[in-house]
Amino acid sequence: MTSHSRITRRSILKAGAAGAVLGVPGLSLAQAKSIKVGLLHPVSGALAYSGGQSRLGGMLAIDEINASGGIKSMGGAKLEALLGDSQSRPEVGVSEVERMQQEGVAAYVGCFASGIALPATQAAAKYNTPFLIDVGVSDALVSRGLKNVFRLAPGNGKCVDDAFAGLAEVNKTAGGLAKTAVIVHEDSEFGTSTAKLLSAKLSGIGLEVKEVLKHATPTRDFTNLVLRIKAIKPDIVIMSNYQNEYVLIARTIYQQKVDLAGMFSVLGGGFNYKLVKEQPEVAQYMMDFNHWYNPKNPKALDMRKRVEAKDNLFTFEVYCTYNSVKLFADALENAKSADKEKVIAALEVSTWADHFMPYGPTKFVNGQNQGGRAALLQASRTDIDVVWPNEFAAVKPVFPRPKFS
Amino acid sequence: MDPTILAAAAINGLLLGGMYTLVASGLTLIYGVLHIINFAHGSMLMLAMFGVFYLLTKFGIDPYLSMLVMVPAMYGLGYAIYKGVIGRLSSGRDENILLITLGLSILIENIALMLFKGDSRTISVSYSDTMIELGPTLVPLPKLISFAVAMLLCAALALFIQRTDTGRAIRAVAKERVGARLVGIDVDRIFAISYGIGLATLGAAACLLMPIFYVSPTIGHVFVLVAFTVVVLGGMGSFLGAVVGGMIVGLTESFGGLFLGESLGQIGISLIFILILLLRPSGLFGARR
Repeated sequence: MTSHSRITRRSILKAGAAGAVLGVPGLSLAQAKSIKVGLLHPVSGALAYSGGQSRLGGMLAIDEINASGGIKSMGGAKLEALLGDSQSRPEVGVSEVERMQQEGVAAYVGCFASGIALPATQAAAKYNTPFLIDVGVSDALVSRGLKNVFRLAPGNGKCVDDAFAGLAEVNKTAGGLAKTAVIVHEDSEFGTSTAKLLSAKLSGIGLEVKEVLKHATPTRDFTNLVLRIKAIKPDIVIMSNYQNEYVLIARTIYQQKVDLAGMFSVLGGGFNYKLVKEQPEVAQYMMDFNHWYNPKNPKALDMRKRVEAKDNLFTFEVYCTYNSVKLFADALENAKSADKEKVIAALEVSTWADHFMPYGPTKFVNGQNQGGRAALLQASRTDIDVVWPNEFAAVKPVFPRPKFS
Repeated sequence: MDPTILAAAAINGLLLGGMYTLVASGLTLIYGVLHIINFAHGSMLMLAMFGVFYLLTKFGIDPYLSMLVMVPAMYGLGYAIYKGVIGRLSSGRDENILLITLGLSILIENIALMLFKGDSRTISVSYSDTMIELGPTLVPLPKLISFAVAMLLCAALALFIQRTDTGRAIRAVAKERVGARLVGIDVDRIFAISYGIGLATLGAAACLLMPIFYVSPTIGHVFVLVAFTVVVLGGMGSFLGAVVGGMIVGLTESFGGLFLGESLGQIGISLIFILILLLRPSGLFGARR
């Protein structure tokens, strides 16, 4: 059976019209060109949940900005999202950077994971395209002298400093009863770099590090690791890892009835509303130092309601990326242009305060926002509360946590 | 090293092994009969675990009870997938079946990612955190149950293969495909049945693993390499091999973690895989070729 198509006048007209619409993009829009924002996140692979949440935050920001008239100083130019999936792998992140570069991206927002952000920002630096780090905390991100990299949220060093200030104060209020600690971390860039900082700082606040235990991502079983902890009998266990392992370890500690004064994490991957919802007994009394919104800011509470109404959880990935996109929009407003040099210059002197984070107005030094800070959080059976610093806390911490026996 | 710690690690290793046996038992059957590695094994486990998750959260069915639903459902799914997809597209060639299962696994994983998002979910039932004292150590009840059921499952499968007519037919097809056809066995139907049973075991595995673990679209990857190692170690098509292989891998992982740390300790599994392939490729209980 053969079929052949006839070339008719009608088919040529159709083809021509299609070609005109597809082949001449700029002419079909009467108003200002859209500004392409590359949202680069690990929406598949091991970090898929966090990547998805980050992307959600980025899209919410872009939709909101466009709905309220776009970038006003550029004639109402709209933002257009270029969605990139790094597949939780650094090399894919880099290839996505290159792809978006070909598509004329004005700035990147990404990558959730430091291990992906490091090579991705390096790739973007070749083109001097602004790269706004949403969550990645490794301090290496802002210490390579790359002019195009900006980070609104705090890095490892600052988070750990804050973490210890908070931990020291909580311990002091409890009469200084915690004296020993065990650190558990995952073995990639994030966990290892955080654990190194933790180790160094703990003795500074009177805590002795009895042991540092590392594990791979993923790991199926933590019984041995937890039994080791039980044998060491520390007052505090501090974790630095991603969601699945975080939850498995916390659960195993609960099951093995390991008595501790407190469980802490610094940037704990599994400490979120989902843990509280799915495992309330395990989550109760756990503490985390993490990115958090200012609970006293009505804009934050409003956004939380909106996000939860759509059956999503208001995790930090959402609002960190959201605010990073809005930071870029603010820079566009000030630069009155999407030109890379002008945007970078605008970011360098930015004093943006319309985020709902506990940061104050932005001030970037070598790409790091000086006001970025984390908060000490504690889970109850039903919610997560800020317990330190005091100007944002609504609730007092429970420390030491009740014993299992 | 304190003997109680060693004993605790041994018990933990055996229980871990039980979980691996569960996942490997279906794989070894499919490997033994169809002579292919079922690349879709991990994603099928993932589907089954999502099934258990939703049966609990939407309908309130206890994960162990939902075995009554999941096992036949996964059998039906496996049979249908073989008849409808694999059998039809492969033209009977092993290499094609391999590629098709690989394609299926990618397809299923990404559909799951689209439907369920990258989220990991856990469940909590009344006995999730019940601990049983076993000698020097506390063991979660769900792990004990999964161990017991894994052993029963393998025993049942072995009996089925040895004592029933269908089992005999399966053994015939596994040994000599053309000869089986010549004596009147419907080889295609046996393939479909085997694939179905292979997935049915995943239905059981899912019910037993959910109270212990979490489910996400990529959970298959977490188990699949270990399951392959168990199958290669134990021998293709041998359920005794799946049990013994599972125990060995579980113990290796547990002691590896104890002595080398949870990071480096994983090396044990890879070493076993390499050693077996070098020294005894047919596995401990596999038929020598």
